Amino acid sequence: MSEPVLDYDQALLAYEPVMGLEVHVELNTASKMFCGCVNAFGGDPNTHTCPVCLGLPGSLPVVNGKAIESAIRIGLALNCQIATWCRFARKNYFYPDMTKDFQISQYDEPIAFDGYAEVEVDGELFRIEIERAHMEEDAGKSLHVGGVTGRIGGADYSLLDYNRAGTPLIEIVTKPILGAGAKAPQVAKAYVAFLRDLVLSLGVSDARMEQGSLRCDANVSLMPIGATVFGLRTETKNVNSLRSIERALEYEIRRQAALLAGGGTVFQETRHWHEDGAYTTPGRSKSDAEDYRYFPEPDLVPVAPSREWVEELRATLPELPTVRRDRLRREWGFTVLELQDVVNAGALDLIEATVAAGAGAQPARKWWLTELARRANEAGVELAELAITPRQVAGVQALVEAGTLNDKLARQVIDGVLAGEGDPADVVAGRGLAVVSDAGALAAAVDRAIDANPEVAAKVRDGKLAAAGALIGVVMKEMRGQADAARVRALVLEKLG
Amino acid sequence: MNELLRLTAADLADRLASAEVSAREVTQAHLDQIEATDDVVQAFLCTDPERALASASAIDDRRAAGETLGRLAGVPVAVKDIFTYSGLPTTCGSRILEGWLPPYNATITQRLLDADLVILGKTNLDEFAMGSSTENSGYQVTHNPWDVDRIPGGSGGGSAAALAAFQAPLAIGTDTGGSIRQPASVTGTVGVKPTYGGTSRYGVVAMASSLDTPGPCARTVLDAALLHEVIGGWDPRDSTSINAPLPDLVGAARRADVSGLRVGVVREFSGEGYAPGVLQRFHEALSVLESLGAEIVEVSCPHFTYALSAYYLIMPSEVSSNLARFDAMRYGLRVGDDGVRSVEEVMNLTRGAGFGDEVKRRIIIGTYALSSGYYDAYYGSAQKVRTLITRDFEAAFAEVDVLVSPTTPTTAFRIGERADDPLAMYMADLCTIPSNLAGNCAISIPCGVSPQDNLPVGFQVMAPPLADDRLYLVGAALERELSARWGGGILLDQLADSAAGAHLNVARKGR
Amino acid sequence: MALTAADVGRLADLARINLTPDELAHLAPQLDVILEAVAQVSDVASQDVPPTSHALELTNVFRDDVVQLSLPVAAVLAAAPATQDDRFRVPRILGEEA
Ligand SMILES: [Mg+2]
Ligand SMILES: [Zn+2]
Repeated sequence: MSEPVLDYDQALLAYEPVMGLEVHVELNTASKMFCGCVNAFGGDPNTHTCPVCLGLPGSLPVVNGKAIESAIRIGLALNCQIATWCRFARKNYFYPDMTKDFQISQYDEPIAFDGYAEVEVDGELFRIEIERAHMEEDAGKSLHVGGVTGRIGGADYSLLDYNRAGTPLIEIVTKPILGAGAKAPQVAKAYVAFLRDLVLSLGVSDARMEQGSLRCDANVSLMPIGATVFGLRTETKNVNSLRSIERALEYEIRRQAALLAGGGTVFQETRHWHEDGAYTTPGRSKSDAEDYRYFPEPDLVPVAPSREWVEELRATLPELPTVRRDRLRREWGFTVLELQDVVNAGALDLIEATVAAGAGAQPARKWWLTELARRANEAGVELAELAITPRQVAGVQALVEAGTLNDKLARQVIDGVLAGEGDPADVVAGRGLAVVSDAGALAAAVDRAIDANPEVAAKVRDGKLAAAGALIGVVMKEMRGQADAARVRALVLEKLG
Repeated sequence: MNELLRLTAADLADRLASAEVSAREVTQAHLDQIEATDDVVQAFLCTDPERALASASAIDDRRAAGETLGRLAGVPVAVKDIFTYSGLPTTCGSRILEGWLPPYNATITQRLLDADLVILGKTNLDEFAMGSSTENSGYQVTHNPWDVDRIPGGSGGGSAAALAAFQAPLAIGTDTGGSIRQPASVTGTVGVKPTYGGTSRYGVVAMASSLDTPGPCARTVLDAALLHEVIGGWDPRDSTSINAPLPDLVGAARRADVSGLRVGVVREFSGEGYAPGVLQRFHEALSVLESLGAEIVEVSCPHFTYALSAYYLIMPSEVSSNLARFDAMRYGLRVGDDGVRSVEEVMNLTRGAGFGDEVKRRIIIGTYALSSGYYDAYYGSAQKVRTLITRDFEAAFAEVDVLVSPTTPTTAFRIGERADDPLAMYMADLCTIPSNLAGNCAISIPCGVSPQDNLPVGFQVMAPPLADDRLYLVGAALERELSARWGGGILLDQLADSAAGAHLNVARKGR
Repeated sequence: MALTAADVGRLADLARINLTPDELAHLAPQLDVILEAVAQVSDVASQDVPPTSHALELTNVFRDDVVQLSLPVAAVLAAAPATQDDRFRVPRILGEEA
């Protein structure tokens, strides 16, 4: 359960947090790292397995070339050096979720090393040094049965599904992160968010933290302010969302500070984050550190990417997410906050495509972040999953700007598109939704409204222009919304002017 | 006795091709021989009579229908029980894998089937191919047909003994430190360790991945070449497989011409520990080669004396990792699962009960050699010695076309003689190990029986990587000339027609 | 003595091999003798010699990222000592939370 903690601000007055982040990214290759089994989340248990990923006696791994490409591209995007020659290594330890009882990983020869990333927190830029990015394989999944349901401690037995075994992973390890002070947890969160966006923009991973395709282990230790020697660190696992990275680190900082302030010491150990209660509990102690007996994987030959290949891959790098965001923000004239909302809603690509299809940036933002966001929310789907394309959204906006649709009608057109009635023009035609543009009919309706509401008309004549709204409302109601409110307003004022 | 049993694979193939005999007859004859002799020899862990006969019949039918079949179509073959073959247990001679039915075929198993050979069954071996005597099998001890009180070599003693007992004309083995060549040497048969990467390891249960090399076992050099061409060549399932065509091995065996060839005798492989009878036959064979026009020179490979030590660090290190997967979780033995014991306890108990002494010895040595603080002194140093041995080979092959030595320092020793003296046992592979460390190819050819004990002596020829054809060139030349000096036939004919071979029931009457 | 019985016991634990006291007594001196003998490799393994991990100098052996058929689940589980709900059933796992 929760241990004593120190007040956060108090903790930061006395101690400097030193963080280290290890992020595992599952690649979204079609097949697994070393065999042809499909690389897909879930599936019926043990249906995505073969002699190789089951580690059956006699089977041999063969490296997925696409995974190497992705590793190199991630390395390049993180400003890393790419090894001219490197090997896979075996990390030996016994665990039932590993079919060979060793993990094929990389040890002292990672494919990418010595890079950096820059992240922004509250307008302040932090540089994160990247130690290495290396390739490895994921393990299977265990289901613990009996005892406290689903938890390993006290379980009666476990059930193993090896569908995930052999999924390609890139492990990205930072150098110690110092100097963030009280912002350390936010920096960690910003860094992981940065990595998520980066691998998404590279197209190499789905980066879904909730599905485990992006996982973060957060190391932290405290150093008395002014000291130069790092303290003993803990490694917190099971942080499955950006929010929990920040919270878990905050908790660990406060817990360790309480220990140290009370004259105690921190145990070097693995800790488990409990999202519900917002606390960590100790896992395996690192003092009886495993001896992994790494040695070069004899079943695989070395990887020696030619410089030409590396340069070819460098040419495929997309604009980095931070650079792109900055550019779009300027091009679109958005505020930082507006852009933040767009990014958080996952609407950046959609708006960019909508603008490319002819819409203005602000109208595009308005459609995606209000009307469409509401519908996505109601349907419980992602924005991008809605049955409307950016081109169609731009089409709706074009009809509004041409005066064919008002906002209310535009919403109905969107309903139609979502209902599969075709493009905006098809919906307008099919539902007969265009605003009434027959000048005679509109003028007659305005006259009727004025006649029926003499007092309101009088107010407008007296210069109380705000009262015109009531008359406009009457006309719009009569026209069942199919009128251009701006034109109605102009007519009313003209007649009463 | 059935005359078919004494035929070479090449002759059998010819008679099958001309429909003089049927594959079914040939298969039945060998199954009968196994039945008749294996109580004593104990070469096979299991046979597969129904499938063997069915596939033989199918081959006969296809031949009758005029189909083009493989060169060795209908010829029986025995497979070391370390290759997966779905439908038959693959035990690797270990209790930990008792009854395991693999759901897939090794590449080499598949190539045998695709080439229309008939698989008779699986042969015995030292547990997980660890040993030089086939005494370390978890199931049975295989006996040398030349003297059933003696070992047939190891780890591929089962395959070698099956050939020597005329139970099969061809067999498959694996050679990690000599496991094809040393058994060939002590049973008077031919065994080839191809260039590393020249034969696929896919479906071969790994002992030491960087050393394991599958290869052919036969009674003649030509038969070995024919089988080598069936099983060899690139396999995309094995990353360490060489993507290049094999040299013309059968052509080299037929050419059998060593005139002008430079033959280097490895100076380090003689002297103390080498039986005089072995050295006598070895030197006679050298003079035979010289008489055929080869030039014999002495060559020094100074680091070969460190090969055994390097091998007994690198191999156990890889073993400790390769054998980790036998953990009682997904297949094989599980001991002590009483619903209370933890997974760790069950793994410990299973591995304690399922592995034999030699396997335990090697896993523990390998665990030590790789452990932090000892890696550099042991595993790291051994890998440097590997470099030095490879350099010795490169320097030697710059001077000579092939290197030669006795295959093993002594003839077959007695069963039990070295069972509890691991170092003495390891000496059996003294001359074979360097080629595994460097990855080059080598062959063992019978060069007569030792006058000391009337047991076979093996002559080893080593050639550079990818020059496997030279093994067959030299081997076939030596074989032909020795045969002429013996008055015809192969060395095994001397066993078959002698009193010592009476238990094999294959003597030619009136010879 | 390069390797004591206690060392062997610790290594056997690391290698997940249960050894009886008799086995330990029998194996430990043998292992010590073997290690003593093979330690000679360090005599010639000087600094300037590069290590060899692979016999042949192959590099960059890759497979195309193409999906191939997996095994039928029945074949996957056929040899399992215990199964439940199409999963491998294994004894309780001690240690870290997962
Ligand atoms: Mg890792
Ligand atoms: Zn697979």
